[in-house]
Amino acid sequence: MDLTRFFTDLYTARWPLLEGVGMTLVISFIAIVLGTLLGIGVALSLVYGGKAQRFAVRALLEYVRGTPVFVLILACYYLLSTIIQLTPFQAGLIALTVFCSSHVGENLRGALLALPKGQTEAAKAIGLTFRQSFIYVLAPQALRQALPAWINTAAELVKASTLLAVIGVVELMLTTRQIIAIKPRPLEFYFMAGVIYFLICFSIERLGRRIERRVALPS
Amino acid sequence: MGYQLNFAPVWRDFDLLLSGLALGIGMALIAVLLVGNLIGLAAAFAMTSKSAVLRRIAGVYVTIIRNLPIYFLMLVAFFVLPQQLGIRIDKVHAFVGTLSIYAGAYLTEVYRGALLALPKGLREAGLAIGLTESQTRLWVILPVMVRNALPALSNNFISLFKDTSVAAAIAVPELTFYARQINNNTFRVIEVWSVCSLMYVAACYLIAAGLRYAERRLAIPH
Repeated sequence: MDLTRFFTDLYTARWPLLEGVGMTLVISFIAIVLGTLLGIGVALSLVYGGKAQRFAVRALLEYVRGTPVFVLILACYYLLSTIIQLTPFQAGLIALTVFCSSHVGENLRGALLALPKGQTEAAKAIGLTFRQSFIYVLAPQALRQALPAWINTAAELVKASTLLAVIGVVELMLTTRQIIAIKPRPLEFYFMAGVIYFLICFSIERLGRRIERRVALPS
Repeated sequence: MGYQLNFAPVWRDFDLLLSGLALGIGMALIAVLLVGNLIGLAAAFAMTSKSAVLRRIAGVYVTIIRNLPIYFLMLVAFFVLPQQLGIRIDKVHAFVGTLSIYAGAYLTEVYRGALLALPKGLREAGLAIGLTESQTRLWVILPVMVRNALPALSNNFISLFKDTSVAAAIAVPELTFYARQINNNTFRVIEVWSVCSLMYVAACYLIAAGLRYAERRLAIPH
């Protein structure tokens, strides 16, 4: 293995590589934000919705959770492109958002249901409306409860974003393959990509643990 | 809208989809329940062992694999390693190998949790009746721990089964691969993806039901 040659190649390929990393981070980040918002809606309708709404959301949720994320990505890509013209980026973003919202929805639902009933009753007893009791009493506790699994979902999403390479989103994985097509050093460049993915996921996990400690309920 | 639903092209190749699903389940069974389980058990015992070296090795393995995407690992196993070692490797073998190592890391966490949750008295009881340390592990700790770990094991199995769809990206002929093929040949987009995803959902449900049954049968009686 000629390391100086590899570093020359690496230096030549630095901008595409950085753009690939950027794309991975950007699409994961947007998907987490949108997916979390959608997931909060899912959890709220599962816990507080009417019977019909609960049933419909539950059925959809089970459907999405039973489908592999790769199938979601391919289905979004092929399906949506028959109705409206979507770029691979948009199709992939929709798939990842749906995937994320299913995880967040289920997670948050569990956290809300795990709250002791006395919390709602106490909030009612001191005269809070439902909206107030949710914002000031239930949500702060449920969000803390849901935090570890939510961070896990974020790392999961970064890992799932590699599959977008298959539909042509030029993120880190596809960038790596494109670079190797020009500079045939598969071992070195795959190793490079592996290190970057590891660093991203590992830092999310570490950061998550730190935040978890910061926001833990004082006991 | 000018789209007319027509499921005929999908039903015509339904046996292909079914064979793909069978391959996916088969790969998950071998990679997760057989090889991954063994790796997970070994690494979990290593992680809780007295030897610092063993603990270190197992810890590094779990941390690295859990923080890497399976798609990345699969590409390495299929494209990079064979080329570097100068061997040819079948794509199904490459994927089963990848999934085994991937599953092993997740199952290590499951078993490690189960090991740590065991009461201390269990090991002491084993030693007290005259078993050696390794006999205690095999006959006392292992059966109790595996049965305690079953629910977490089921969840991991289902999620790892869904990961077999990734194998379609290296043309392993499983369900997603055939769905894509039918999609490209017939353009029955809505039909093929709804059938494909429903097959995955149904398979997940059946597997989950089977595993719940096994959990009940094997649960430690109170």
